[in-house]
Amino acid sequence: MLRYVLARLALVIPTLWAVATLIFLLVRVIPGDIVELRLVSGGSYVTPEVIQQERARLGLDKPVWVQYADWIAGLVRLDLGTSMWTGGPVSKEIAIRLELSLQLAVMATVVAVTLALPLGVWAAVRRGTWVDHLVQVFSVAGLATPSFWLGILLLLLLLTVFRWLPPMTFTPLWVDPVANLSQLIWPALAVGYRYSAVATRMTRSAMLEVLREDYVRTAWAKGLAERAVVVHHALRNALLPVVTVVGLEFAFLLGGLVVTEQVFNLNGIGKLFVDAISRRDYTLIQGLMLLVASAYVLVNVLLDLVYARLDPRIRYA
Amino acid sequence: MATGRPDVLAQPWPLAGRPRRAGRLARFARRYPVAAASAAFLFLLVLAALLAPQIAPYDPLANDYMAMFSPPSAKHWLGTDSFGRDILSRLIFGARTALLVGLTSSLVGATVGAVVGVASAYFGGIVDLVVQRVTDILVSFPLIVLAMAMVAVLGSGTANLVVAIALSFAPRAELVVRSSALQVRQMTYVEAARAVGASPWRIILRHMLPNVLAPYLVMLTAFLGQAILLEASLSFLGLGVAEPTPAWGLMLSGAAVDFVQRAPWMAVFPGLAITLTVLAFNVLGDALRDALDPKLRV
Repeated sequence: MLRYVLARLALVIPTLWAVATLIFLLVRVIPGDIVELRLVSGGSYVTPEVIQQERARLGLDKPVWVQYADWIAGLVRLDLGTSMWTGGPVSKEIAIRLELSLQLAVMATVVAVTLALPLGVWAAVRRGTWVDHLVQVFSVAGLATPSFWLGILLLLLLLTVFRWLPPMTFTPLWVDPVANLSQLIWPALAVGYRYSAVATRMTRSAMLEVLREDYVRTAWAKGLAERAVVVHHALRNALLPVVTVVGLEFAFLLGGLVVTEQVFNLNGIGKLFVDAISRRDYTLIQGLMLLVASAYVLVNVLLDLVYARLDPRIRYA
Repeated sequence: MATGRPDVLAQPWPLAGRPRRAGRLARFARRYPVAAASAAFLFLLVLAALLAPQIAPYDPLANDYMAMFSPPSAKHWLGTDSFGRDILSRLIFGARTALLVGLTSSLVGATVGAVVGVASAYFGGIVDLVVQRVTDILVSFPLIVLAMAMVAVLGSGTANLVVAIALSFAPRAELVVRSSALQVRQMTYVEAARAVGASPWRIILRHMLPNVLAPYLVMLTAFLGQAILLEASLSFLGLGVAEPTPAWGLMLSGAAVDFVQRAPWMAVFPGLAITLTVLAFNVLGDALRDALDPKLRV
């Protein structure tokens, strides 16, 4: 097991290096100079001296390979460069917003799982009945509903029914759990519903497959209660693909947060990304893209390790 | 498949040898009634978009400061917005934006992905290796993050929006099409084409590409709904279609949120339009995938 873990972890470094290189190239293929582009897009006339100064400040006057070396060397020290907008370090801009977004992502995942598992299992067990159809409609609708619209509808509901709006400023969970949760539960619901759709489908199809297995028939035959058969014999064995889907969706959650944080006016990673794009803060964009890709890489490693733990056949293969 | 025709048997995708068209459509509608309803809805939507100037009751850009925030009534069926513009008319014209951006970006994205995927499978070796590693990295970003990064690189505007959405779809299409193309590459007709001296690009475009049509169509229909959702999200964030162009996502930003209690119709109807359209495209795409090849079910 230890050998497997080490071998898997050793692959992370070259992967992240490739990701960092690709992001660097992506931002450098911009036609024209990023400093010029950003300053001119402001609409005002800028003298060549100002552009030259800004270029020197950001280290963009050096040859491309030196910039690339700087970018990689900085990453090794966890230094993502300087934001072109605020002038502060990119890593700090990200760090102060990470807590909110991470908590929101975890809560949205919890919402998604608590919706998906019972619904998926129920639909599989009652295959072909109205329950099954209803669950499928619910999950197909989840994929089609924009989470920002769902967020607006939630705000409308709170306003008309309770004449109340969630608090506007973020309070950390350990300072005031009530204020914290009453603010974050609504965006978590809006994002979580959308993300439950894929997990529900996966749970249903995995369950359908497992329910056909011999050991499930044996469990039925020896007269076990439905609950015991479904939960202990079937669900446990159907869980592996569901864990994969939930894990990968967690890594993709930033996609949902980008729009939802905007609706609820939350100052998190998603809003930072939107601001970075509209201000054309390329160093910040680079840093955030690297963060997203790293989350995906790390979740994949964790999933592999969870697999190896759950299924011995994988770690000896 | 027991038609006794060896060329049909050799095809990895069961598209050849189609029976009478009308019979096929009727059978599809009977087997997938929800999909048929979705198709009917989308047909009406396309019709509304094409005939927008004729059927829209008002000019979608005309401000009417005497009728700001009017609730739905006989005069304005779906109410008016903060500038007194008629919501129904803006929805009808917004369908043009949604369908135009959705169709072109899906078409471009799936096609670029398919060509790269088939070429990568055909050339193999170092080309395939590099293309696959880059694709692996690109699919590790959520679609909207990739599309937003492209907007930052390309700049805003509707044309750039289409390119941004298309380019974020391409790696996903590339992955799926490449895996089918690897099978096609082993077919005798590819070998025969090479034997008679056809150039690599002729083999890729004339012999291999037509034979990955089924996964291509499945990806294309799957993209349509997502593209409309992406366009709406980006426009909502102010990174897509710009005011005063009527676009569903744009109608949901700004005043629709600020005045949600005073004028809920401003937020409810555009969101409903997005959801129903995306739902219809998704349902239709799922049914098409089942009909073309159940193996592609995800």
